[in-house]
Amino acid sequence: MATASVVNRRDFLKKGAAGGAALVVGFHLSPRAFADQAKDQEEKTPNPFDAWVRITPDDHVTLVLGKSEMGQGVWTALPMILAEELSVDWKHVHVEQAPTNPKIYDLGTGGSGSVAGSWLPLRQAGAAAREMLIAAAAKRWEVGADTCKAKNGFVVHGHPERSFRFGELVADAAKLPIPNLNKVPLKNSDDFSIVGRDTHRLDTADKSSGKARFGIDSRVPGMLYAVIARCPVFEGKVASFDATKATAVPGVRDVFEIKTSGRGASTTGGVAVLADNSWAAIQGRKALEVTWEEGAAAKESSEELRNQFLANAGKPGGVLRNDGDANAVLEAASKKVEAVYELPFAAHVCMEPMNCTVDIRPDSAEAWVPSQGPQWAQAVVAEAAKLPPEKVTVHTTLMGGGFGRRYQADFVMEAAEVAKISGKPVMVLWTREDDMQHDFYRPASYHRLEGAVDGQGKLAAWKHFQSSTSIAAKWSQKGNDDPGLGEFGTGATIPYATPNIRIEYTLAHSSAPRAWWRSVEHSSSGFVMESFVDELAHAAGQDPLEFRLKLLGESRKIPQFGEGREDYHPLDTGRLKGVLALAADKAGWTRPLPKGQGRGIAGFYSFFSYVAAVAEVSASSSAFRVNRIVCAVDCGRAVNPNGVRAQVESAAIYALTATLKDAITVDRGRVVESNFNDYRMIRMNEAPPIEVYLVPSTEAPTGIGEPTVPVIAPAISNAIFSASGKRLRRLPIRKEDLA
Amino acid sequence: MAISFTLNGKPESVDVSPDMPLLWVLRDTLNMTGTKFGCGMALCGACTVHINGAATRSCITPISSVAGKKVTTIEGLSADGSHPVQKAWMAEDVPQCGYCQSGQIMSAVALLTKKANPSDADIDDAMSGNICRCGTYQRIRKAIHRAASEMTGKAHSAA
Repeated sequence: MATASVVNRRDFLKKGAAGGAALVVGFHLSPRAFADQAKDQEEKTPNPFDAWVRITPDDHVTLVLGKSEMGQGVWTALPMILAEELSVDWKHVHVEQAPTNPKIYDLGTGGSGSVAGSWLPLRQAGAAAREMLIAAAAKRWEVGADTCKAKNGFVVHGHPERSFRFGELVADAAKLPIPNLNKVPLKNSDDFSIVGRDTHRLDTADKSSGKARFGIDSRVPGMLYAVIARCPVFEGKVASFDATKATAVPGVRDVFEIKTSGRGASTTGGVAVLADNSWAAIQGRKALEVTWEEGAAAKESSEELRNQFLANAGKPGGVLRNDGDANAVLEAASKKVEAVYELPFAAHVCMEPMNCTVDIRPDSAEAWVPSQGPQWAQAVVAEAAKLPPEKVTVHTTLMGGGFGRRYQADFVMEAAEVAKISGKPVMVLWTREDDMQHDFYRPASYHRLEGAVDGQGKLAAWKHFQSSTSIAAKWSQKGNDDPGLGEFGTGATIPYATPNIRIEYTLAHSSAPRAWWRSVEHSSSGFVMESFVDELAHAAGQDPLEFRLKLLGESRKIPQFGEGREDYHPLDTGRLKGVLALAADKAGWTRPLPKGQGRGIAGFYSFFSYVAAVAEVSASSSAFRVNRIVCAVDCGRAVNPNGVRAQVESAAIYALTATLKDAITVDRGRVVESNFNDYRMIRMNEAPPIEVYLVPSTEAPTGIGEPTVPVIAPAISNAIFSASGKRLRRLPIRKEDLA
Repeated sequence: MAISFTLNGKPESVDVSPDMPLLWVLRDTLNMTGTKFGCGMALCGACTVHINGAATRSCITPISSVAGKKVTTIEGLSADGSHPVQKAWMAEDVPQCGYCQSGQIMSAVALLTKKANPSDADIDDAMSGNICRCGTYQRIRKAIHRAASEMTGKAHSAA
């Protein structure tokens, strides 16, 4: 199962279920993958009344959701799509989490792909159910189905109109032949009455009253609570332990060692302390005496990593892209700009720390998991329990944040091992310190950019060298299956016209676990590229907005470099210009600001969406403050514009924390930061007003949870340059860098 | 030894270690899971409850210190989610993941009890101890202003 060759999330998206591994099954998310999905559906065509829609005789409508809710609003946006085609009254809609059944549901949630990837399949499922209800009514009336139509929970016919409630029809409808999903008629978008309207979230009442149940709120009769002592050093192991003092703590029931392994594990395991309640388990762990075998990683540090970056940057990297002859043009250029950018490891920091509750019985198992990848969780529990996956029931709970962290099943693996040994239902609970120090971090990276502007202000050459602790290297079996393109993402697709492009990459080594952090590689590519373009604009003596718009030129489509297919969501420079111009207009780009204040702009294409941000800051040589952020977004059709705005606001604050607060640093092979005192978050008093503007669009929906992240740091650093003349090239921004 | 206090208006008594934080008594002993664990060090506010009306971080509050006092949790704010602050949260669609929102709401209610019409600076002061990783701050601010005008409006009409 989890031993398949897994490269990175890009490849999860690309290969979809073709990998045949349990790990991969949940991840076919991209619009490209749903062409295959549609094909699959034709083969299996689940009855929509089994899979997606439950209607009771009294018209209670429940829509079943194959994606997990981590705050991004899928529990509202996805049922909106289904309800639209089904033609039910939105007021009567309830949602329910789907079980793990890979034959029907594509349960992986991430890559900003839920709405994008579900748009067509859910429309088809809703339309099929609607057509079956219409057919059932037509049969009763003995009229042609084409003379009936569905509206607001009824099928109606004739003048004067007669009608059946859906609830009256559903028993008959569910027995009718299932329409071919690829041929079922879809609504004309002009007739949409749910999709495209600002809609309140369906989960707000529960989340405002304490009723919402997250993973950590799982309660099973007879359960114990466990915390695990893990080696603080990456890949370190338990040498020995003495449980005498731990077991003496009142409430502690058991102490034993567990082992976890494989690339899905965040650690090698540790010593589990099981107790009647979380507090006793935490106290027991404090009293526990463990000797660690720290291993080779104990020599690693952030300083040592930076030395690797510097050494790598001193020689050419592996060439990933080479158009024209950037080296020669740069050599000969009269106006050349060179700059180095650095980004540290970053932690996800979900407000709900990792946790998982597992109950393993002789012939079955049950798990309560706040997970973005419940099918992987199911496979992990099945392996621990030595049961076939279908004997493992996974309850996907609400998640107190995900941001990519909850793709992982490391905490599930731990809970399954503890439950197996204990023989009782157990919740493994992570403390904040556990969560921050045993994360899968956003890679640390080092970038050297070189560019030249010619006499006409055109971009003559673009060169980007990167060294990073790649995600691919963490997940590959051979050490590095990916030469580094995954670390650039859309950053290897240069939207600004230039004939000479050179992209180079060198892997740096680290034992720190790395994986997908909100917006993944785009968070570094966006900062680096959009800061550097700003430097080039200033070098050329041009307004940074005008410079960008000129280089983007006439609207054209640029194939995504490395995709191997020209028609696969090419970058549309017209749409990128559209968001840059909209953000600039709404921010009042040309309006003068008082001395000491400045504006910066950035635009980026990721997750098939276009986002631009304008930041306004006050900055001096010793302090600065972000006063305002204006975002413009083109994510195709906004299913729930209210939800889209919420995601943009959210991603902006998430990025602001990474821009302004702390780095994850490594010393003696362990993460230094441990809680909110040393890995600080943006709080209310530092949160600037964020304005969000959407470009109206009839294109299919694209991602929105992540694509705002990449533009925030460059918009702010560009604004600081405009205000104070100081160019900031490393994140997070430190006060001493302002001087 | 049993420790007695008033929980959401009803007498409650627990027999636990006196240094056990109120947070874990609520969550694990009493199975009232609306109050959340976020940091264990009073740094994030997810565990905020009211003790004798004051917003308090339950994760560092030993249960022994609560003896004889009045504790209100998110579950006790209203029977049906009808507290003006909860209604304002719904009107502004504040929660995203929702995990921090019990604590946010308890902090906001405590603020409005002290200051019927808080300024933005008052909101900064009262709410900066509560972290929201989903970044819902702007909507929280709007919801507090909305609840304030709702509550003061009601006070006027009642007078």
